[in-house]
Amino acid sequence: MARAVTPRRKLITTLAAWTVALIIFFPVLWMILTSFKTEASAVANPPEFFSADWTLANYAEVWARSDYPRFFWNSVVISVGSTLLGLLVAVPSAWAMAFVPGRKTKDLLMWMLSTKMMPAVAVMIPLYLLFQRLGLIDTKFGLVIALMLMNLPIIIWMLYTYFKEIPGEILEASRMDGASLWGEIVHVLTPMALPGIASTMLLNIILAWNEAFWTIVLTTTKAAPLSAFIASFSAPQGLFYAKLSAASAMAIMPILILGWFSQKQLVRGLTFGAVK
Amino acid sequence: MSTQSSRFAARMMVAPSVALLLIWMIVPLAMTLYYSFRLYRLLSPDRTGWVGFTNYRWFLNSPDFWLAMFNTLALVGGVLIITVVLGMLIALLIDQPVKGQGLLRILVIAPFFVMPPVAASIWENLFMHPQNGLFAAVSRSFGAQPILFLENYPMLSVIGIVSWEWLPFATLILLTALQSLSSEQLEAAEMDGASAFSRFRYIILPHATRAITVVILIQTIFLLGIFGEIFTTTQGGPGSASTTLPYMIFKQAIAAKDIGRAAAGGIIAVILANIVAYFLMRGIGRHLDA
Repeated sequence: MARAVTPRRKLITTLAAWTVALIIFFPVLWMILTSFKTEASAVANPPEFFSADWTLANYAEVWARSDYPRFFWNSVVISVGSTLLGLLVAVPSAWAMAFVPGRKTKDLLMWMLSTKMMPAVAVMIPLYLLFQRLGLIDTKFGLVIALMLMNLPIIIWMLYTYFKEIPGEILEASRMDGASLWGEIVHVLTPMALPGIASTMLLNIILAWNEAFWTIVLTTTKAAPLSAFIASFSAPQGLFYAKLSAASAMAIMPILILGWFSQKQLVRGLTFGAVK
Repeated sequence: MSTQSSRFAARMMVAPSVALLLIWMIVPLAMTLYYSFRLYRLLSPDRTGWVGFTNYRWFLNSPDFWLAMFNTLALVGGVLIITVVLGMLIALLIDQPVKGQGLLRILVIAPFFVMPPVAASIWENLFMHPQNGLFAAVSRSFGAQPILFLENYPMLSVIGIVSWEWLPFATLILLTALQSLSSEQLEAAEMDGASAFSRFRYIILPHATRAITVVILIQTIFLLGIFGEIFTTTQGGPGSASTTLPYMIFKQAIAAKDIGRAAAGGIIAVILANIVAYFLMRGIGRHLDA
């Protein structure tokens, strides 16, 4: 809203907005600061803000002791893999629902979203047994499948709302030219839909990266991603705050940076087309 | 203008995702339903058989059950109220002409990217810990006893942590809605002498209805299954003070190793989720153009 405001009012609102933003961000900032302190400095009383003994030793130690690269790689494979596989299934579906809608399309979309309301814990045991039977426990492939299915409704919804905004006339024109449905998708729709597909992909990578239930239930060591790695960092009871903070920072940093770069697209996609 | 053949092709394109979601939903659900009527304890694997509604009776008669129901609804409701109200206030604030709005948004959205175990452990250790937490240090600097957050106020603490995680989502969606509001309308209202409150009540709030609906729908989906934050911080305790329905099921399955009872709890949770989903979808249908 571009309204004329007095400089004084602008100063006050700026100060207030920054105060609120810093309060919300502070826990993350405090964790990052703690990760660069020595253990003694991390639990110092009163807390040390700027006078701490700064060190990189925590990162070095977490790196040396925990096989971080493997957890990181598992996270990358699982989040990117489940997202790509999800897109493969979801793009045609969302496409068809957006451009060849039937009477039941709306109900179908609502049903898909409602499958996400089933609490994961409720079906934990059967799924565990099923995965065990299929030999999928502690495999990256198993997690890719599980997370793909878990996020599929969200992927379809997001794509659907993006596809809905592509003007139908363009499709009519290509149909007049005799393009098949498949040809339509490859040559007309995909180029126009690419921004929507990209932000759907980003959001789902983030959701999959941060997923911390199935990753813990369905893995032990080999396929465990960063979310399971952090959860296994047992309650430190005040002993290893700095190292815990370093490990936490290492777990969230890749996705925090990715998210910051793409926040505009993410927010737009998350509104499910209901907010322009 | 869709032909017969394109309709058929469209069905074929929708079929895989419908089939996958059906399998993903029905197979585990059917298995859970089966186990819920069976005696199935991992500690005594040779004693099995049909037990009728015994598992359900145990679950519904357990003193923890109504507490868990209450906690589940308190968690969902509490987080929804906090995030929508605070999110609206913060969105209204950021929507003003302020310096550095881009950077502000980056700071505000950060908690959304923090995975639940990390969020929970930051709050548990760095803030709420009675000896080394920052809150304890603040209390001491005022000469007061540190507050035992997770011991004395476990459910409120969990609601606080989860609210922090979801506040960015609510704020940014509501902010997006506010930014699409035409300023002429507000200015006209202001000239006509409408107070700040009535401008909010009669112009801003109706405009943001759809955004609020989206926030409530999406958050409820994720909040009904909240598990990691409780697992990391209170483990459902002290006693059962912060046990939610998902956590109660988890305790039956993992700690008590009683799969039958856990399955009965699972079915109850699914029924609860369906009731919530039904009301939500009915309310949502009007606001989302699907």
